[in-house]
Amino acid sequence: MSAFQDTMVITQRQLRLLTRVPEVLIFSTIQPIMFVLLFRYVFGGSIDSGQPGGYVQLLMPGIFVQTVAFTLAGTAAGLAEDMKKGLIDRFRSLPISQSALVLGRTLGDSLLNIVVLAAMGITGLLVGWRPSGGLLNTALGFLFLLGFGYALSWVGIFVGLSAKDARVVQNVSFLVTFPLTFLSNAFAPTTGMPRALQYFAEWNPVSTMVAACRELFGLENQFGATAGSFPSENPLITSILYMFLIMAIFIPLSVRKYKNVSN
Amino acid sequence: MKSVIAEDLVKTYDKGNVKALDHLSLDVEEGTVLSVLGPNGAGKTTTVRILSTLLRPDSGRASVAGIDVIKHPEKVREIIGLSGQYAAVDEILTGYDNLVMFGQLYHLGKKQSILRANELLERFSLSEAAKRPIKTYSGGMRRRLDLAASLIVKPKVLFLDEPTTGLDPRGRQEMWGVIQELVKGGVTLLLTTQYLEEADQLADEIAVIDNGKVIARGTSDVLKKEVGGERLEVVVESQHVAKTREIVEKVSGHSASVDEGLRLIASPVSTGSAALFEVLKALDAAGIHALDVGLKRPSLDDVFLSLTGHVAEVKVAEDQETPGGSKRKKEKTR
Repeated sequence: MSAFQDTMVITQRQLRLLTRVPEVLIFSTIQPIMFVLLFRYVFGGSIDSGQPGGYVQLLMPGIFVQTVAFTLAGTAAGLAEDMKKGLIDRFRSLPISQSALVLGRTLGDSLLNIVVLAAMGITGLLVGWRPSGGLLNTALGFLFLLGFGYALSWVGIFVGLSAKDARVVQNVSFLVTFPLTFLSNAFAPTTGMPRALQYFAEWNPVSTMVAACRELFGLENQFGATAGSFPSENPLITSILYMFLIMAIFIPLSVRKYKNVSN
Repeated sequence: MKSVIAEDLVKTYDKGNVKALDHLSLDVEEGTVLSVLGPNGAGKTTTVRILSTLLRPDSGRASVAGIDVIKHPEKVREIIGLSGQYAAVDEILTGYDNLVMFGQLYHLGKKQSILRANELLERFSLSEAAKRPIKTYSGGMRRRLDLAASLIVKPKVLFLDEPTTGLDPRGRQEMWGVIQELVKGGVTLLLTTQYLEEADQLADEIAVIDNGKVIARGTSDVLKKEVGGERLEVVVESQHVAKTREIVEKVSGHSASVDEGLRLIASPVSTGSAALFEVLKALDAAGIHALDVGLKRPSLDDVFLSLTGHVAEVKVAEDQETPGGSKRKKEKTR
């Protein structure tokens, strides 16, 4: 029970940080909104999606997934900063559950994701996004996005605990997540890519997440998923498997790393 | 009863290439203050990190209040307070927020945490700054808040790792006052410092460490006696500093320290006034006029010099004149 309370105290700290530095919340919301508008109006006109309702229908799930993937960097950088300041040492010297700090942070970052996704969704609706999978499926889609973000924040925890400098963390995270989100079906059809990349893009968890969301938001066109491969045929199941796989690997790794962080 | 025991601690970093602790042993009697004194890189922080459960030693044993640090770290965490080299508090949150948060993490409950936070803020003269983010605090205020955070549950044993490093003289004085108050309250304290004066001021006993080992320990008086005799100090004009040093070293048989700014040459001597006379004679023969000479009771600087053969402040960046005219050393913090 006290482990749960400790976790909540840490989560509260995350939220309090947001109220103390509202810029963080503002900029983490503005950036994805900017992406929505840019992609919608810059590429939307020239990409022939063959999608009823236009490119924006395909775009929104792509940007949702990209945004939750990018929050990995925030988790990692925040933790690296705490390490540098010696705050992690203080937490570790307290009689609290060893996983409370990392658990609390992942939960706090998920709450931030809820706000960001809501702001993006509203922006999407304003520029013509119309999910047509029904209320339940749409809600399920957002739940999936949060789940994916949560799984990735554990990767962020591990990266943050492993690195020595918050700026390096930011750059490394960006170097990993940026290609991952673009080597996918998120913004353009994968069919135009070289064969090897196409293969990668199909199995890329970002692609399966995007495809799963598109399915839940009521879209037929999977935007470049070539027929026949398992992930493109079963994006929902593949995505769930990916999420559990990521967590199964990175939760124990992160908790262990945290316990031994100064050894 | 011994409150803190470290036996034969070994800790290496970088796959055994860097030996931080080399069979270090020490102990602290309950209700007393032990100062672990040594230069940067001597192993002070590593020792504190092991005793406060943050780090596991490669070998050796350690216990705090009778509890094995390696086997039962979670029990040790309940009875210790730790305040590190850096002010380990959340910079964005206010002082009040920080203390309430840590109180809750010590499982005091919300109400009790708030009471305790206000009590500590009052006690450390931080009430006025309570609702300001830590990043607006001065260095001294941060350290005080950090110390307050380590006192939330009235720890049985308190570890302070270089509590005044990087503070200006005023901040240091304030911190000393706060620590002396604590000591009066009967806490067992292990304090690391690179300031010899600090150890002298605050500690019942001093353990001098160098290269991961305790090289001497005892009360300040005992350590000073160990060096034997007094310290000879000569001030000359700057062009004579080098020659005077030679003379002083020859007479004392120890290496002399030279303060270029003050043109002061100092060395421990065991023969007291005889040495003084001899130095004056030699200076006279060399045609050097001493501006000031004297015999001083040995300082811990001399203790360190004679124990290790090198001066304590290995990382002195620059010397600065303080308004009062006394010298202080400004040190680089890592």
